[in-house]
Amino acid sequence: MSDVYILGVEMIKFGRFPEKTVPQLGAQAALMALDDAGLTIGDMEALYCGNLYQASAMVGQRILHEIGQTGIPVVNCANACATGATAFREAWMAIKAGAYDLTLAVGVEQMGKGLIGGGGARGKGIPTEGLLGSGTMPTVFAEAGMEHARKYGTTFEQFAKVSVKNHHHSTMNPKAMYQIETPLEMVMNAEMISYPNTKLMCSVNVDGSAAAVLCSEKKARELGMKRAVRVKASALTSDPFTDRDLVMPDVNTCTRRAAAKAYEMAGVSAKDVDLVELHDCFATAEILHYENLGLCGEGEAGRAIDEGWTAIGGKIPVNVSGGLLSKGHPLGATGIANIYEVSTHLRGEAGKRQVPGARIGLTHVIGLGSACAIHVLEKVA
Amino acid sequence: MAEQAAASGPLPIVPFLKIPSEGSPYLEGQRCRACGAVFLGERATCSKCGGRGTLEPAPLSGRGTLYVYSIVHRSFPGVEVPYVSCVVDLEGGGTVKGNLIGIDADPAKIAMGMPVETVFKVAPRKDAEGNEYLTYYFQPRS
Ligand SMILES: [Zn+2]
Repeated sequence: MSDVYILGVEMIKFGRFPEKTVPQLGAQAALMALDDAGLTIGDMEALYCGNLYQASAMVGQRILHEIGQTGIPVVNCANACATGATAFREAWMAIKAGAYDLTLAVGVEQMGKGLIGGGGARGKGIPTEGLLGSGTMPTVFAEAGMEHARKYGTTFEQFAKVSVKNHHHSTMNPKAMYQIETPLEMVMNAEMISYPNTKLMCSVNVDGSAAAVLCSEKKARELGMKRAVRVKASALTSDPFTDRDLVMPDVNTCTRRAAAKAYEMAGVSAKDVDLVELHDCFATAEILHYENLGLCGEGEAGRAIDEGWTAIGGKIPVNVSGGLLSKGHPLGATGIANIYEVSTHLRGEAGKRQVPGARIGLTHVIGLGSACAIHVLEKVA
Repeated sequence: MAEQAAASGPLPIVPFLKIPSEGSPYLEGQRCRACGAVFLGERATCSKCGGRGTLEPAPLSGRGTLYVYSIVHRSFPGVEVPYVSCVVDLEGGGTVKGNLIGIDADPAKIAMGMPVETVFKVAPRKDAEGNEYLTYYFQPRS
Protein backbone atom coordinates (compact mmCIF):
# COMPACT_ATOMS: atom_id res chain seq x y z
CA MET A 1 0.00 0.00 0.00
CA SER A 2 1.35 3.46 -0.80
CA ASP A 3 2.38 5.93 1.88
CA VAL A 4 0.76 9.18 2.95
CA TYR A 5 2.81 12.37 3.18
CA ILE A 6 2.59 15.67 5.00
CA LEU A 7 3.12 18.41 2.41
CA GLY A 8 2.43 21.41 4.61
CA VAL A 9 2.18 21.82 8.36
CA GLU A 10 2.01 24.89 10.58
CA MET A 11 0.85 26.25 13.93
CA ILE A 12 0.17 29.73 15.23
CA LYS A 13 2.16 31.02 18.20
CA PHE A 14 0.18 29.79 21.20
CA GLY A 15 -1.22 32.50 23.47
CA ARG A 16 -4.46 34.09 24.63
CA PHE A 17 -6.68 35.48 21.90
CA PRO A 18 -10.06 36.31 23.45
CA GLU A 19 -10.79 38.76 20.63
CA LYS A 20 -10.76 35.97 18.03
CA THR A 21 -13.42 33.32 17.37
CA VAL A 22 -12.56 29.61 17.28
CA PRO A 23 -13.09 29.43 13.48
CA GLN A 24 -10.87 32.49 13.00
CA LEU A 25 -8.08 30.84 14.98
CA GLY A 26 -8.51 27.62 13.01
CA ALA A 27 -8.53 29.54 9.72
CA GLN A 28 -5.17 31.13 10.54
CA ALA A 29 -3.40 27.79 10.92
CA ALA A 30 -5.24 26.33 7.91
CA LEU A 31 -4.00 29.12 5.63
CA MET A 32 -0.47 28.86 7.02
CA ALA A 33 -0.40 25.11 6.33
CA LEU A 34 -1.77 25.61 2.80
CA ASP A 35 0.90 28.25 2.13
CA ASP A 36 3.54 25.92 3.51
CA ALA A 37 2.37 23.27 1.02
CA GLY A 38 2.13 25.79 -1.82
CA LEU A 39 -1.54 24.88 -2.30
CA THR A 40 -4.93 26.54 -1.85
CA ILE A 41 -8.17 25.56 -0.19
CA GLY A 42 -9.46 24.87 -3.73
CA ASP A 43 -7.01 21.96 -3.93
CA MET A 44 -8.31 20.27 -0.76
CA GLU A 45 -10.76 17.39 -1.20
CA ALA A 46 -11.86 17.02 2.43
CA LEU A 47 -11.41 18.75 5.79
CA TYR A 48 -11.06 17.04 9.17
CA CYS A 49 -11.42 19.46 12.05
CA GLY A 50 -10.58 18.81 15.69
CA ASN A 51 -12.12 20.96 18.41
CA LEU A 52 -13.35 19.96 21.83
CA TYR A 53 -15.19 22.78 23.58
CA GLN A 54 -17.40 23.62 20.59
CA ALA A 55 -17.79 20.03 19.44
CA SER A 56 -21.42 20.55 18.44
CA ALA A 57 -20.86 23.88 16.65
CA MET A 58 -19.65 22.85 13.18
CA VAL A 59 -16.23 24.45 13.62
CA GLY A 60 -14.84 22.81 10.45
CA GLN A 61 -17.54 24.28 8.24
CA ARG A 62 -17.12 27.66 9.92
CA ILE A 63 -13.40 27.55 9.12
CA LEU A 64 -14.37 27.10 5.46
CA HIS A 65 -16.72 30.07 5.85
CA GLU A 66 -13.57 32.04 6.71
CA ILE A 67 -11.21 30.73 4.02
CA GLY A 68 -13.30 29.33 1.16
CA GLN A 69 -16.64 27.55 0.94
CA THR A 70 -15.65 24.97 -1.64
CA GLY A 71 -18.36 22.50 -0.66
CA ILE A 72 -15.96 19.70 0.27
CA PRO A 73 -16.90 17.11 2.90
CA VAL A 74 -16.13 18.20 6.46
CA VAL A 75 -15.85 15.94 9.49
CA ASN A 76 -15.74 17.44 12.99
CA CYS A 77 -13.86 15.36 15.57
CA ALA A 78 -13.83 15.44 19.37
CA ASN A 79 -11.67 13.00 21.36
CA ALA A 80 -10.58 14.84 24.53
CA CYS A 81 -6.89 15.75 24.39
CA ALA A 82 -6.43 13.38 21.45
CA THR A 83 -8.82 15.49 19.36
CA GLY A 84 -6.27 17.08 17.01
CA ALA A 85 -4.41 13.82 16.48
CA THR A 86 -7.71 12.08 15.74
CA ALA A 87 -8.59 14.66 13.06
CA PHE A 88 -5.11 14.16 11.55
CA ARG A 89 -5.56 10.40 11.62
CA GLU A 90 -8.95 10.63 9.87
CA ALA A 91 -7.37 12.80 7.18
CA TRP A 92 -4.57 10.22 6.87
CA MET A 93 -6.97 7.30 6.71
CA ALA A 94 -9.09 8.84 3.96
CA ILE A 95 -6.00 9.05 1.75
CA LYS A 96 -4.78 5.63 2.80
CA ALA A 97 -8.19 4.25 1.76
CA GLY A 98 -7.76 5.83 -1.66
CA ALA A 99 -10.73 8.16 -1.32
CA TYR A 100 -8.73 11.38 -1.82
CA ASP A 101 -5.30 12.66 -2.82
CA LEU A 102 -5.27 15.83 -0.73
CA THR A 103 -6.86 16.44 2.67
CA LEU A 104 -6.60 19.13 5.31
CA ALA A 105 -6.54 18.54 9.07
CA VAL A 106 -7.05 21.43 11.48
CA GLY A 107 -6.96 21.42 15.27
CA VAL A 108 -8.09 24.45 17.22
CA GLU A 109 -9.04 25.40 20.78
CA GLN A 110 -9.86 28.45 22.82
CA MET A 111 -9.36 27.77 26.53
CA GLY A 112 -10.50 29.44 29.70
CA LYS A 113 -8.16 29.67 32.67
CA GLY A 114 -8.32 27.44 35.69
CA LEU A 115 -8.81 23.85 36.73
CA ILE A 116 -10.32 21.19 34.50
CA GLY A 117 -12.17 18.17 35.85
CA GLY A 118 -13.70 17.52 39.25
CA GLY A 119 -17.02 16.05 40.24
CA GLY A 120 -19.97 18.44 40.19
CA ALA A 121 -23.50 17.92 41.46
CA ARG A 122 -25.71 16.16 38.93
CA GLY A 123 -29.36 16.77 39.62
CA LYS A 124 -30.13 16.02 43.21
CA GLY A 125 -27.07 15.54 45.37
CA ILE A 126 -24.01 17.46 46.45
CA PRO A 127 -20.69 18.06 44.71
CA THR A 128 -18.30 15.27 45.61
CA GLU A 129 -15.05 17.15 44.90
CA GLY A 130 -13.07 17.26 48.13
CA LEU A 131 -15.30 14.69 49.84
CA LEU A 132 -14.66 11.61 47.71
CA GLY A 133 -11.14 12.60 46.78
CA SER A 134 -10.39 14.87 43.85
CA GLY A 135 -11.15 14.55 40.16
CA THR A 136 -9.19 17.61 39.06
CA MET A 137 -6.70 16.90 36.30
CA PRO A 138 -3.66 17.92 38.41
CA THR A 139 -4.76 15.38 41.04
CA VAL A 140 -5.57 12.60 38.58
CA PHE A 141 -2.10 12.90 37.08
CA ALA A 142 -0.49 13.37 40.50
CA GLU A 143 -1.98 10.04 41.55
CA ALA A 144 -0.80 8.43 38.30
CA GLY A 145 2.69 9.73 39.09
CA MET A 146 2.49 8.42 42.66
CA GLU A 147 1.86 4.96 41.23
CA HIS A 148 5.29 5.24 39.57
CA ALA A 149 6.75 6.57 42.84
CA ARG A 150 5.25 3.59 44.66
CA LYS A 151 6.79 1.11 42.23
CA TYR A 152 10.17 2.69 41.64
CA GLY A 153 10.76 5.33 44.31
CA THR A 154 10.49 8.23 41.86
CA THR A 155 10.87 11.52 43.76
CA PHE A 156 9.17 14.92 43.73
CA GLU A 157 12.50 16.33 42.55
CA GLN A 158 12.65 13.97 39.56
CA PHE A 159 9.13 14.90 38.51
CA ALA A 160 10.04 18.59 38.88
CA LYS A 161 13.09 18.15 36.63
CA VAL A 162 10.73 17.39 33.71
CA SER A 163 9.38 20.92 34.03
CA VAL A 164 12.85 22.44 34.26
CA LYS A 165 13.81 20.65 31.05
CA ASN A 166 10.69 21.50 29.04
CA HIS A 167 10.70 25.15 30.08
CA HIS A 168 14.36 25.30 29.06
CA HIS A 169 13.50 23.82 25.65
CA SER A 170 10.80 26.41 25.07
CA THR A 171 13.32 29.25 25.38
CA MET A 172 14.37 28.14 21.88
CA ASN A 173 10.82 27.98 20.49
CA PRO A 174 9.35 31.33 19.41
CA LYS A 175 5.91 29.72 19.04
CA ALA A 176 5.75 28.59 22.67
CA MET A 177 3.51 30.45 25.12
CA TYR A 178 6.46 30.93 27.50
CA GLN A 179 10.17 31.37 26.86
CA ILE A 180 11.50 31.44 30.39
CA GLU A 181 13.96 29.33 32.33
CA THR A 182 12.52 27.78 35.48
CA PRO A 183 15.33 26.45 37.73
CA LEU A 184 14.61 23.43 39.92
CA GLU A 185 14.08 25.44 43.13
CA MET A 186 11.60 27.66 41.30
CA VAL A 187 9.61 24.67 40.05
CA MET A 188 9.63 22.91 43.43
CA ASN A 189 8.78 26.07 45.37
CA ALA A 190 5.99 27.18 43.05
CA GLU A 191 2.45 26.99 44.43
CA MET A 192 1.58 23.37 45.19
CA ILE A 193 -1.53 22.40 43.24
CA SER A 194 -1.79 18.63 43.81
CA TYR A 195 1.29 17.02 45.34
CA PRO A 196 3.63 16.30 43.64
CA ASN A 197 2.50 18.69 40.87
CA THR A 198 3.25 22.37 41.52
CA LYS A 199 1.83 25.11 39.34
CA LEU A 200 4.91 25.03 37.07
CA MET A 201 4.38 21.29 36.60
CA CYS A 202 0.90 21.77 35.09
CA SER A 203 0.38 22.44 31.39
CA VAL A 204 -0.59 25.95 30.39
CA ASN A 205 -4.15 26.64 29.24
CA VAL A 206 -3.75 28.65 26.04
CA ASP A 207 -5.56 29.31 22.79
CA GLY A 208 -4.03 27.86 19.68
CA SER A 209 -4.39 26.17 16.34
CA ALA A 210 -2.36 23.95 14.05
CA ALA A 211 -3.00 22.41 10.65
CA ALA A 212 -1.55 19.92 8.20
CA VAL A 213 -2.00 19.21 4.49
CA LEU A 214 -1.85 15.47 3.78
CA CYS A 215 -1.20 13.96 0.41
CA SER A 216 -1.14 10.63 -1.42
CA GLU A 217 2.14 9.23 -2.74
CA LYS A 218 1.03 9.70 -6.32
CA LYS A 219 0.17 13.34 -5.77
CA ALA A 220 3.33 13.95 -3.73
CA ARG A 221 5.47 12.74 -6.63
CA GLU A 222 3.62 15.14 -8.89
CA LEU A 223 3.94 18.13 -6.54
CA GLY A 224 7.47 17.48 -5.31
CA MET A 225 8.69 15.70 -2.21
CA LYS A 226 11.51 18.03 -1.16
CA ARG A 227 10.00 19.09 2.16
CA ALA A 228 7.53 16.24 2.46
CA VAL A 229 7.36 14.14 5.62
CA ARG A 230 6.28 10.50 5.43
CA VAL A 231 3.62 9.28 7.86
CA LYS A 232 5.06 5.89 8.76
CA ALA A 233 2.38 4.92 11.26
CA SER A 234 -0.84 6.08 12.84
CA ALA A 235 -2.28 4.27 15.85
CA LEU A 236 -5.31 5.01 17.99
CA THR A 237 -6.49 3.09 21.04
CA SER A 238 -9.19 3.39 23.66
CA ASP A 239 -8.83 2.26 27.25
CA PRO A 240 -9.08 -1.49 27.79
CA PHE A 241 -10.47 -2.63 31.15
CA THR A 242 -7.85 -2.50 33.87
CA ASP A 243 -8.41 -3.15 37.54
CA ARG A 244 -8.39 0.35 39.00
CA ASP A 245 -9.57 2.38 36.03
CA LEU A 246 -13.01 3.03 37.51
CA VAL A 247 -11.43 5.45 39.94
CA MET A 248 -7.98 5.99 38.46
CA PRO A 249 -7.77 6.56 34.70
CA ASP A 250 -5.08 4.28 33.29
CA VAL A 251 -2.97 6.30 30.86
CA ASN A 252 -0.34 3.60 30.65
CA THR A 253 -2.08 0.63 29.06
CA CYS A 254 -3.62 2.48 26.13
CA THR A 255 -0.30 4.23 25.46
CA ARG A 256 1.60 0.94 25.51
CA ARG A 257 -0.87 -0.65 23.11
CA ALA A 258 -0.77 2.32 20.74
CA ALA A 259 3.04 2.34 20.86
CA ALA A 260 3.25 -1.38 20.05
CA LYS A 261 0.92 -0.91 17.07
CA ALA A 262 2.72 2.17 15.83
CA TYR A 263 6.20 0.64 16.03
CA GLU A 264 4.97 -2.45 14.24
CA MET A 265 3.27 -0.48 11.48
CA ALA A 266 6.33 1.74 11.03
CA GLY A 267 8.72 -1.20 11.14
CA VAL A 268 10.91 0.62 13.66
CA SER A 269 11.67 0.29 17.36
CA ALA A 270 12.02 2.94 20.05
CA LYS A 271 15.79 2.85 19.47
CA ASP A 272 15.32 4.17 15.94
CA VAL A 273 13.43 7.27 17.08
CA ASP A 274 15.40 10.53 17.06
CA LEU A 275 12.92 12.76 18.90
CA VAL A 276 9.58 12.49 20.67
CA GLU A 277 6.79 14.95 21.40
CA LEU A 278 4.72 13.28 24.11
CA HIS A 279 1.75 14.25 26.23
CA ASP A 280 3.28 16.09 29.20
CA CYS A 281 -0.04 17.51 30.40
CA PHE A 282 1.59 17.32 33.85
CA ALA A 283 5.23 16.74 34.73
CA THR A 284 4.30 13.44 36.38
CA ALA A 285 2.82 12.15 33.10
CA GLU A 286 6.02 12.60 31.10
CA ILE A 287 7.91 10.25 33.42
CA LEU A 288 5.32 7.49 32.88
CA HIS A 289 5.46 7.80 29.12
CA TYR A 290 9.23 7.31 28.89
CA GLU A 291 8.58 3.72 29.86
CA ASN A 292 5.21 3.42 28.11
CA LEU A 293 6.84 4.40 24.79
CA GLY A 294 9.89 2.22 25.40
CA LEU A 295 12.30 5.19 25.48
CA CYS A 296 13.96 3.61 28.52
CA GLY A 297 13.63 0.35 30.43
CA GLU A 298 10.98 -0.32 33.09
CA GLY A 299 11.75 1.69 36.21
CA GLU A 300 14.46 3.71 34.45
CA ALA A 301 12.49 6.92 33.89
CA GLY A 302 13.83 8.61 37.02
CA ARG A 303 17.36 7.91 35.90
CA ALA A 304 16.51 9.11 32.37
CA ILE A 305 15.50 12.55 33.64
CA ASP A 306 18.39 12.73 36.16
CA GLU A 307 20.97 11.93 33.51
CA GLY A 308 19.53 14.15 30.78
CA TRP A 309 18.68 11.37 28.32
CA THR A 310 15.54 13.23 27.27
CA ALA A 311 16.96 16.76 27.17
CA ILE A 312 18.03 18.36 23.92
CA GLY A 313 21.46 16.91 23.19
CA GLY A 314 20.57 13.75 25.10
CA LYS A 315 20.16 10.30 23.54
CA ILE A 316 16.40 10.67 23.00
CA PRO A 317 15.23 14.30 23.22
CA VAL A 318 11.64 14.62 24.44
CA ASN A 319 9.45 17.70 24.04
CA VAL A 320 12.08 19.99 22.54
CA SER A 321 9.17 22.31 21.65
CA GLY A 322 8.70 23.01 25.36
CA GLY A 323 5.87 20.52 25.51
CA LEU A 324 2.42 21.16 26.88
CA LEU A 325 4.07 22.40 30.06
CA SER A 326 5.60 25.46 28.43
CA LYS A 327 4.51 25.68 24.78
CA GLY A 328 0.94 25.36 26.04
CA HIS A 329 -1.95 22.94 25.68
CA PRO A 330 -4.91 24.09 23.57
CA LEU A 331 -6.65 20.70 23.73
CA GLY A 332 -7.91 20.32 20.15
CA ALA A 333 -4.76 21.81 18.59
CA THR A 334 -2.18 19.92 20.63
CA GLY A 335 -2.13 16.73 18.54
CA ILE A 336 -1.36 18.57 15.31
CA ALA A 337 1.03 21.03 16.98
CA ASN A 338 3.24 18.14 18.04
CA ILE A 339 3.14 16.78 14.47
CA TYR A 340 4.25 20.26 13.36
CA GLU A 341 7.14 20.15 15.80
CA VAL A 342 8.44 16.74 14.76
CA SER A 343 7.98 17.55 11.04
CA THR A 344 9.95 20.76 11.47
CA HIS A 345 12.90 18.80 12.86
CA LEU A 346 12.70 16.18 10.11
CA ARG A 347 12.80 19.02 7.59
CA GLY A 348 15.84 20.43 9.37
CA GLU A 349 14.07 23.75 9.93
CA ALA A 350 13.87 23.88 13.74
CA GLY A 351 16.53 26.55 14.22
CA LYS A 352 18.22 26.73 17.62
CA ARG A 353 16.39 23.69 18.98
CA GLN A 354 17.04 21.50 15.92
CA VAL A 355 17.76 17.87 16.82
CA PRO A 356 20.74 17.24 14.50
CA GLY A 357 20.24 14.65 11.79
CA ALA A 358 16.68 13.76 12.88
CA ARG A 359 15.22 11.11 10.56
CA ILE A 360 12.42 9.52 12.58
CA GLY A 361 10.16 11.17 15.15
CA LEU A 362 7.18 10.13 17.24
CA THR A 363 4.18 12.09 18.49
CA HIS A 364 1.91 10.98 21.32
CA VAL A 365 -1.24 12.40 22.88
CA ILE A 366 -3.68 11.01 25.35
CA GLY A 367 -7.18 12.17 26.13
CA LEU A 368 -8.81 10.98 29.32
CA GLY A 369 -11.85 8.92 28.84
CA SER A 370 -9.64 7.59 27.15
CA ALA A 371 -8.02 7.89 23.73
CA CYS A 372 -4.35 7.55 22.84
CA ALA A 373 -2.97 8.51 19.43
CA ILE A 374 0.58 7.94 18.23
CA HIS A 375 2.12 8.91 14.90
CA VAL A 376 5.54 7.96 13.59
CA LEU A 377 6.96 10.36 11.02
CA GLU A 378 9.98 9.99 8.75
CA LYS A 379 12.19 12.35 6.80
CA VAL A 380 11.91 11.81 3.03
CA ALA A 381 14.63 13.74 1.25
CA MET B 1 -34.91 -4.93 50.93
CA ALA B 2 -33.80 -2.71 53.75
CA GLU B 3 -32.04 -0.15 51.65
CA GLN B 4 -33.20 3.38 52.18
CA ALA B 5 -32.85 5.26 55.43
CA ALA B 6 -35.90 6.70 57.14
CA ALA B 7 -37.17 9.79 55.32
CA SER B 8 -35.55 11.98 57.94
CA GLY B 9 -32.09 10.38 57.76
CA PRO B 10 -29.21 11.45 55.51
CA LEU B 11 -29.20 10.35 51.85
CA PRO B 12 -26.27 8.39 50.40
CA ILE B 13 -23.69 10.61 48.65
CA VAL B 14 -23.33 8.02 45.88
CA PRO B 15 -25.71 5.19 44.93
CA PHE B 16 -23.18 2.51 45.93
CA LEU B 17 -23.19 3.70 49.56
CA LYS B 18 -25.93 1.63 51.18
CA ILE B 19 -27.75 2.67 54.35
CA PRO B 20 -29.67 -0.30 55.77
CA SER B 21 -32.49 0.50 58.19
CA GLU B 22 -30.73 -1.72 60.71
CA GLY B 23 -27.00 -2.19 60.98
CA SER B 24 -24.12 -0.12 59.66
CA PRO B 25 -23.73 1.63 56.31
CA TYR B 26 -21.46 -0.06 53.79
CA LEU B 27 -20.19 0.25 50.23
CA GLU B 28 -21.66 -2.12 47.70
CA GLY B 29 -19.86 -3.40 44.61
CA GLN B 30 -21.21 -5.26 41.62
CA ARG B 31 -19.18 -8.41 41.03
CA CYS B 32 -19.11 -10.26 37.71
CA ARG B 33 -19.84 -13.96 38.16
CA ALA B 34 -17.95 -14.75 34.97
CA CYS B 35 -14.67 -12.89 35.40
CA GLY B 36 -14.64 -11.55 38.96
CA ALA B 37 -14.37 -7.86 38.02
CA VAL B 38 -15.79 -5.52 40.66
CA PHE B 39 -17.68 -2.35 39.68
CA LEU B 40 -19.20 0.48 41.69
CA GLY B 41 -22.86 1.16 41.02
CA GLU B 42 -25.44 -0.92 39.22
CA ARG B 43 -24.88 -1.85 35.59
CA ALA B 44 -26.23 -4.35 33.07
CA THR B 45 -23.06 -5.57 31.36
CA CYS B 46 -19.52 -6.32 32.45
CA SER B 47 -17.02 -4.10 30.62
CA LYS B 48 -14.16 -6.47 31.38
CA CYS B 49 -15.53 -9.65 29.80
CA GLY B 50 -18.68 -8.41 28.06
CA GLY B 51 -20.85 -10.70 30.20
CA ARG B 52 -24.56 -9.86 30.20
CA GLY B 53 -26.59 -10.28 33.34
CA THR B 54 -23.51 -11.61 35.11
CA LEU B 55 -23.28 -8.86 37.72
CA GLU B 56 -24.55 -9.26 41.22
CA PRO B 57 -24.37 -7.02 44.27
CA ALA B 58 -21.55 -7.78 46.68
CA PRO B 59 -20.83 -5.84 49.86
CA LEU B 60 -17.32 -4.40 49.84
CA SER B 61 -14.93 -4.74 52.73
CA GLY B 62 -14.45 -1.78 55.05
CA ARG B 63 -10.74 -2.61 55.24
CA GLY B 64 -8.07 -2.06 52.66
CA THR B 65 -4.67 -0.60 51.86
CA LEU B 66 -3.69 2.79 50.49
CA TYR B 67 -2.70 2.38 46.85
CA VAL B 68 -1.78 5.98 45.92
CA TYR B 69 -2.62 9.51 47.05
CA SER B 70 -2.18 13.17 46.25
CA ILE B 71 -2.33 16.17 48.56
CA VAL B 72 -4.75 18.66 47.03
CA HIS B 73 -3.87 22.30 47.68
CA ARG B 74 -5.96 23.94 44.95
CA SER B 75 -9.54 22.99 44.28
CA PHE B 76 -12.83 24.62 43.39
CA PRO B 77 -14.34 27.49 45.40
CA GLY B 78 -15.89 26.25 48.64
CA VAL B 79 -13.72 23.13 48.85
CA GLU B 80 -11.55 23.22 51.96
CA VAL B 81 -7.84 22.59 51.26
CA PRO B 82 -5.43 21.00 51.79
CA TYR B 83 -6.82 17.50 51.89
CA VAL B 84 -5.59 14.06 50.91
CA SER B 85 -7.20 12.43 47.87
CA CYS B 86 -6.57 8.70 47.84
CA VAL B 87 -7.17 5.45 46.00
CA VAL B 88 -7.75 2.40 48.20
CA ASP B 89 -7.66 -1.29 47.30
CA LEU B 90 -10.26 -3.06 49.46
CA GLU B 91 -9.73 -6.53 50.90
CA GLY B 92 -11.45 -9.09 48.73
CA GLY B 93 -11.66 -6.81 45.68
CA GLY B 94 -12.81 -3.39 44.60
CA THR B 95 -10.89 -0.12 44.35
CA VAL B 96 -12.46 3.07 45.68
CA LYS B 97 -11.43 6.73 45.66
CA GLY B 98 -11.98 9.03 48.60
CA ASN B 99 -10.50 11.45 51.13
CA LEU B 100 -7.95 10.15 53.59
CA ILE B 101 -8.53 11.67 57.04
CA GLY B 102 -6.97 11.28 60.47
CA ILE B 103 -3.46 11.86 59.14
CA ASP B 104 -1.35 14.96 58.45
CA ALA B 105 -1.47 16.15 54.83
CA ASP B 106 2.27 15.62 54.60
CA PRO B 107 4.04 13.21 52.22
CA ALA B 108 6.49 12.33 55.01
CA LYS B 109 3.60 10.96 57.09
CA ILE B 110 1.67 9.05 54.43
CA ALA B 111 2.91 5.65 53.33
CA MET B 112 1.58 3.96 50.22
CA GLY B 113 0.53 0.45 51.19
CA MET B 114 -0.53 1.47 54.70
CA PRO B 115 -3.65 -0.21 56.13
CA VAL B 116 -6.81 1.94 56.09
CA GLU B 117 -10.49 1.51 56.86
CA THR B 118 -13.72 3.21 55.80
CA VAL B 119 -15.61 5.49 58.16
CA PHE B 120 -19.03 7.00 57.49
CA LYS B 121 -19.98 10.55 58.48
CA VAL B 122 -22.58 13.15 57.57
CA ALA B 123 -21.08 15.35 54.84
CA PRO B 124 -20.42 19.01 55.66
CA ARG B 125 -22.57 20.08 52.66
CA LYS B 126 -26.32 20.00 52.02
CA ASP B 127 -28.18 20.15 48.73
CA ALA B 128 -30.42 23.02 47.63
CA GLU B 129 -33.38 21.47 49.45
CA GLY B 130 -31.44 21.22 52.72
CA ASN B 131 -31.05 17.43 52.62
CA GLU B 132 -28.14 15.91 54.51
CA TYR B 133 -25.86 13.29 52.94
CA LEU B 134 -23.92 10.43 54.41
CA THR B 135 -20.43 10.12 52.93
CA TYR B 136 -17.47 7.81 53.43
CA TYR B 137 -13.85 8.58 54.26
CA PHE B 138 -10.74 6.50 54.73
CA GLN B 139 -8.58 6.64 57.86
CA PRO B 140 -5.46 4.79 58.98
CA ARG B 141 -6.07 1.58 60.90
CA SER B 142 -3.59 -0.19 63.13
ZN1 LIG C 1 -17.00 -10.02 33.62
